Amino acid sequence: MCGMCGILNLDNRAVDRDLLGRMLGTIRHRGPDECGLYVTEKAGLGHARLSIIDLSGGRQPMHNEDRSVSLTFNGEVFNYIELREDLIRKGRRFATSSDTEVILRLYEEEGEECVQRLNGQWAFAIWDKKEDKLFLSRDRLGVRPLFYASTGQRFLFASEIKAILAHPAVSRQLDLSALDQIFTFWHTLPPHTAFKGILELPPGHSLKVKGGNVKVWSYWRLDLSRTGTSPYDVLGREQEYADRLGGLLIDSTRIRLRADVPVGAYLSGGLDSSLITAIVKKFTNNPLKTFSVAFHDSEFDESRYQKQMVSHLDTDHHEIRCSYDDVGRVFPDVVWHAEKPLLRTAPAPMYLLSKLVRDSGFKVVLTGEGSDEILGGYDIFKEAKIRSFWGVRPDSKLRPLLLRRLYPYMQDIQSQSEAYLKMFFRVGPQDLSSPLFSHLPRWEMTAKLKLFFSDAVKSELQDPTPYAELEDQLPAAYRAWDSFARAQYLEAAYLLPGYILSSQGDRVAMAHAVEGRFPFLDYRVVEFASTLPPSLKMRGLNEKHLLKRFASSLLPESVIRRPKQPYRAPEVKSFFDCDKGAFRHDYVDELLSPDRVREYGVFNPAAVQMLVAKVRRLQATSVRDGMAIVGILSTQLLIHQFIKNFQIRTDHEADSTEVAYVHHG
Amino acid sequence: MKLIQQRLRTFITDNFLFGQDGAELLGDDSLIEKGVIDSTGVLQLISFLEREFNIKVEDEEVAPQNLDSIDCLTAFVQRKHAITGAAIARENQRCASPVAVIAGVEEQ
Repeated sequence: MCGMCGILNLDNRAVDRDLLGRMLGTIRHRGPDECGLYVTEKAGLGHARLSIIDLSGGRQPMHNEDRSVSLTFNGEVFNYIELREDLIRKGRRFATSSDTEVILRLYEEEGEECVQRLNGQWAFAIWDKKEDKLFLSRDRLGVRPLFYASTGQRFLFASEIKAILAHPAVSRQLDLSALDQIFTFWHTLPPHTAFKGILELPPGHSLKVKGGNVKVWSYWRLDLSRTGTSPYDVLGREQEYADRLGGLLIDSTRIRLRADVPVGAYLSGGLDSSLITAIVKKFTNNPLKTFSVAFHDSEFDESRYQKQMVSHLDTDHHEIRCSYDDVGRVFPDVVWHAEKPLLRTAPAPMYLLSKLVRDSGFKVVLTGEGSDEILGGYDIFKEAKIRSFWGVRPDSKLRPLLLRRLYPYMQDIQSQSEAYLKMFFRVGPQDLSSPLFSHLPRWEMTAKLKLFFSDAVKSELQDPTPYAELEDQLPAAYRAWDSFARAQYLEAAYLLPGYILSSQGDRVAMAHAVEGRFPFLDYRVVEFASTLPPSLKMRGLNEKHLLKRFASSLLPESVIRRPKQPYRAPEVKSFFDCDKGAFRHDYVDELLSPDRVREYGVFNPAAVQMLVAKVRRLQATSVRDGMAIVGILSTQLLIHQFIKNFQIRTDHEADSTEVAYVHHG
Repeated sequence: MKLIQQRLRTFITDNFLFGQDGAELLGDDSLIEKGVIDSTGVLQLISFLEREFNIKVEDEEVAPQNLDSIDCLTAFVQRKHAITGAAIARENQRCASPVAVIAGVEEQ
């Protein structure tokens, strides 16, 4: 796992080696073990390495014998052993035992289509000198990041946006329409980023630059068209399906333990990470070290369940226990790494956790993300199911009673009268026919935060919602899919890469050079899950039905049956000491002050002041007010660090950067 | 009545709309359908009513028909005051002190 960047000069000008080095310096945290640059006349590749496989031989950028093909790569190819054997049978020779070289040889063998054969998490760039072509690719589900920008006669790419912004030809400006998307969906719609002119290569896409043209195409897409077509096909065959799912998960976990360094596991206390940990324990010889986030505030803490699993599996366990103060203290760094406004503080404890992993001498952890998306675990699926069930019979007296079953962990919802619950979860007349039905309540609530935008921003954003752009991106057959499949797609294709795997995943783990691996996101697991009917995902209102069936042989009943709790972190209290009505950290006071809000121009200073006055003394804040504080503060931090003080921040980051070796082509 | 409505509108505009777009909120607009308040907002609204208007909102009164628009809220506070006022009046008849009755009615 690593960081990479590159420059292609379309006008054939020589690449500035120092500049490439400066770009790489901004993402050195991703790969502190080694650092390399490769510069030919017009192309330059940079690589910061975190050594995991073939510690001595996997140096990058890597080249073939005649140096006509050069590769810089961030990620892992988990089936590299099988692919390597196959390529050797076909006559390819290998100089190293790394997975990096497998990509290089596979590209030589099969060209751009080689990505179809990779099982892994990757972002890579290949400079093909003979073809005069730069080829970029990103893994199917968007585990690893890849950004790019075209500025006149230059094409730039990198693992993180800050490396591109370090190039003097790139202007550093917020993209207001992207901000509009974040304050609706919680993420930007690909290919947008929070910065104007900088794009992400979407998950499952490849890109090439040839003859001055940039071409982007999709090589894989999540296809849920088979979901829901055959509930009767699986009747009486449930155990068989559970066994197949289990077999795939065991294998996907097994190949994710391939590394020349020890592999640990995150343990949240929930079903998914507990199951992965149990699989490692039962089916492999990996000595197991586990890592958890615990909270001082019992509202967020799951350590009771974590302890149960630790004693059940007898792992060597380590935890961090987060206070309000901890979350607020690291939040500026979290925004620096996430590179976009955040509406939740939940990435902050993950940032602290990766530091613990690193300090414990580990570079790689397995984690349970992806299961809720692909196997039907989220509350939003439950909510959509009840709302649509009620929506088709709005006069039913019994159907709305099910609303009481939603969000059992949210006291404010549970204490409402039936009449109020019906209003909160109401189904509007147009709602049922909307392709975005499942997500409209979440997005509409989030979009209310736009009332904090300054008048200038409001007048710039004339379009009332960014839904149209999203609808244009959906697969052609999407509207014909089962409603459960549609909700799943919106989570798995958007929120998963846009927030869970990025802001809460790659970026906060790689901030401390820790690589996450995701057994549930093995494409074989994902493709199998996408053929399952919804009844095997959510049975009635019981989530992840099939997974629980498989897990019942590996986990204690109490972990399988425990009420699901979403992973969250304290919001307002991380920034305000509400007992004293005081700011916990100076930067909060500074960045939310009317002068600074006015200067940065995105929000209305008077509205922000009223929000601050409201929340700073309240013991209980609404979800929306909490999101507003986090969203406003993170946007201010983004502007502060990336637009106003970029040089200061990157100088600080680059202090320790030293380029170990440089190749010339 | 104007005074009650004014105080309600100011609270809702300041606390849920943060001073923005308050003038656009009509008296009979649904606070939930317009996205002005959420579930926590309902609880905040109830504490405000109890504190500001010195009334006690019973559990069975926590219902959209009482609380979901500025008009409903105004009528609800008036009804509560009328009941409280009547209760105070009965109490006062026994105590023969009209002061509290006047205080209760003045709001309206």
